[in-house]
Amino acid sequence: MTRILGSTAIVVALALAVYGAVAAVVGVRRRDGALIRSSQAAAYANCGLLTLATLAMVYALLTHDFSISYVAQVGSRATPTFFTIISLWSALEGSILFWGFVLSVYTASVVYFTRGRLGSLGSYALATLHAVGIFFYLLLTGVANPFGAVFPVPADGPGPNPLLQNHPLMAVHPPFLYVGYVGMTVPFAFAIGALISGRLDDVWLKATRRWTMTAWIFLSLAIVAGMWWSYEVLGWGGYWAWDPVENASFMPWLTATAFLHSVMVQERRGMLRVWNLTLIIATFLLTILGTFLTRSGILSSVHAFANGPIGYYFLGFIALVLLVSLVLLAGRSAELKTAGHLDRLASREFTFLINNLLLSAFCFTVLLGTLFPLVAEAVRGVKVSVGGPFFNRMSLPIIVTLLFLLGVGPALPWRGAGADVLGRRLLPAAVAAGVVAALALALRVPSFYAVLAFAFAAFALVSNVQEFVTGARARMRAHGESAPRALLRLIGANRRRYGGYIAHLGVLAVATGIAASAAYRFEREVTLKPGQTVTVRGYTVRFDGLWAKDEPQRFVVGADIAALDARGRPYRTLTPRLNFYRNGGEPITTPAVRTRLDDDLYINLLAFERDGSSATVHVIVEPLVAWIWIGGLIVALGAAIGTIPTGARVRSRKVVRV
Amino acid sequence: MNAKRLVLLVGAVLVLAGFGYLVYGGIGNNLVYFLTPSELKAKGAAAIDSPVRLGGMVVPGSVTWNAEAIDLRFRMTDGKGTIEVHARKAPPQMFRDGQGVVVEGKLTRAGIFDASNLMVKHSNEYRPPAPGHVPQEMYRSLVKEAGTS
Repeated sequence: MTRILGSTAIVVALALAVYGAVAAVVGVRRRDGALIRSSQAAAYANCGLLTLATLAMVYALLTHDFSISYVAQVGSRATPTFFTIISLWSALEGSILFWGFVLSVYTASVVYFTRGRLGSLGSYALATLHAVGIFFYLLLTGVANPFGAVFPVPADGPGPNPLLQNHPLMAVHPPFLYVGYVGMTVPFAFAIGALISGRLDDVWLKATRRWTMTAWIFLSLAIVAGMWWSYEVLGWGGYWAWDPVENASFMPWLTATAFLHSVMVQERRGMLRVWNLTLIIATFLLTILGTFLTRSGILSSVHAFANGPIGYYFLGFIALVLLVSLVLLAGRSAELKTAGHLDRLASREFTFLINNLLLSAFCFTVLLGTLFPLVAEAVRGVKVSVGGPFFNRMSLPIIVTLLFLLGVGPALPWRGAGADVLGRRLLPAAVAAGVVAALALALRVPSFYAVLAFAFAAFALVSNVQEFVTGARARMRAHGESAPRALLRLIGANRRRYGGYIAHLGVLAVATGIAASAAYRFEREVTLKPGQTVTVRGYTVRFDGLWAKDEPQRFVVGADIAALDARGRPYRTLTPRLNFYRNGGEPITTPAVRTRLDDDLYINLLAFERDGSSATVHVIVEPLVAWIWIGGLIVALGAAIGTIPTGARVRSRKVVRV
Repeated sequence: MNAKRLVLLVGAVLVLAGFGYLVYGGIGNNLVYFLTPSELKAKGAAAIDSPVRLGGMVVPGSVTWNAEAIDLRFRMTDGKGTIEVHARKAPPQMFRDGQGVVVEGKLTRAGIFDASNLMVKHSNEYRPPAPGHVPQEMYRSLVKEAGTS
């Protein structure tokens, strides 16, 4: 019953998406409002249908309905309810279903918020959204059908991949990633709509700004949550390994970040119009490529759990989108001639230009490094991977230059400033950078790039904070406001600008956390008998014994490790664990992490003697790791402030006055 | 105007070419090859000091593990060739004779593979676990310990 409900909903959604795409296009051509409204109705209906199908799947998972193929694949009676629900996105078919659901929600919301205001641009964008929907609903009815029939019905299933049911962050990272990924479809659809309708001014940018920002916020949070998950589960004390899966989420983030900056150049100066269209098309393509890389099984990786023809569908879709976009761009090239031009190098728009160049180069590097093994295997028949040193060597110069720009950008006015103004404005930041660099050199920071990162982070910090101070002071003088009030009013009145600066501060926190934890990592692997201690970077811990616990879906073996204070008294027990899942061979680690703002003490249980006589542990001490997670939240907060419409506040204030 | 454009274009091409060269060279020097012991041996001296991911099976009876010094030595085979592996790493819990493993590291001049990372490979084929290496048994023995002590 659930199976028929779910699969019928998807088939009807597919038919409605085909209808909606055609009706939107024909409706615009014939100026037939009724047809366009029917296409909009199809978007609403599809939102309902996909919600229904997704709920049907969740219901099937919860009731252990093993007659449904996806449940038989990832379900198990032993899995806790929480992980049963989130196993919706633990394998290919469920992820695509969730993707379709998110897309249908976006499509319906776009219709709701923009209907009747954007004319042909909106209708072509709606047709594009329906067309993207067709692709995913097609997958759901064919190669990625989650509602397949299983006969005979098994009594139990294997449960989700052990790695994906070992930490609650699995409830955050995948859905946020999808909301971010799929959200990029909205600006893409409007870019295509602008190209087809010929409305190449800023309308499409302004109509999609909040959607792009929302998608970007979720994508940023998803990347940080993915890093955190990796840190809390994989047990090596790191959070980023240039794994293809990580790269897949990072590449669209880079192009989207470039886009968020370059649109301002178009809005202010009328430049970079082709570039902005290209960037958002590239971002959309990279989200599809990312899904292809992670979901087709083409790369050997944790996430690559599927094999089969689905890869060809993705490649075909990528080729189609690329072709259509290029043809449209080429066809409009004459109309996309730049209206403005660059006045001076020392200007806001020029820093944005360099920022875009660097972010694109960064993305290009990551793309090459990610795809190279595929090409090498296809062409030369050798199995290779591109090592982390390649990515680090290529990205570190780009990252430190970006940090520097992050300080220069806010200091430069649009259309440029003279050298004297610039010097005065950047002097405090330059002093801060010099002091931090000298300090870092005096403390013998082991890596050149870490010194640069700290110095430029200080430079950018002072430069961005200065913006708040100058602005708030001006308000205090002009309106006689108190300092906190002036600051809040300042941000409230210029949300996009100051929200952006807050996001910058978050980026600085992330960069500092990464530089510090990479440069100052202290670790030891050691085998301890009960009562023995080990000291790493001032932290002494004592192994007190092993314990074991039986849970329905796994056995857990844990070690009690006491952290000792200066007098040798235990003040806290850390319990790193090994989890032996009944459906998997390798134990999954749960390292014990004691997080503080200054440093993290990270203990991973590597191995143990069965009689409890000893345990081998990996003890790691890294500074400032917490700032990576905090920074991620600050980035999201800043971007969210920049996304809230200023009008809402103004309107509510008027109401109060009346 | 045209001359200015030309200069910009040439500049852009030069920057791109330089960047492309950097990327190409960077990739070439940082490729990690996936090899088996016999393939690594076939490469001879060319394989020395370049990063390799080596996959094979732990030769039964070849493992020596010094827990005090965190020093692990074993031989690894693909049936055709055997290579001595040295790691200053603790063996993972499921590491044992006959187990499929993947090690990352470099071949030294002495002909010993210096592994910086060691992973147990979970084979898709079912092989009955060696006695005492079944998770259930590990768990039971620990519970018994806890219960009696």
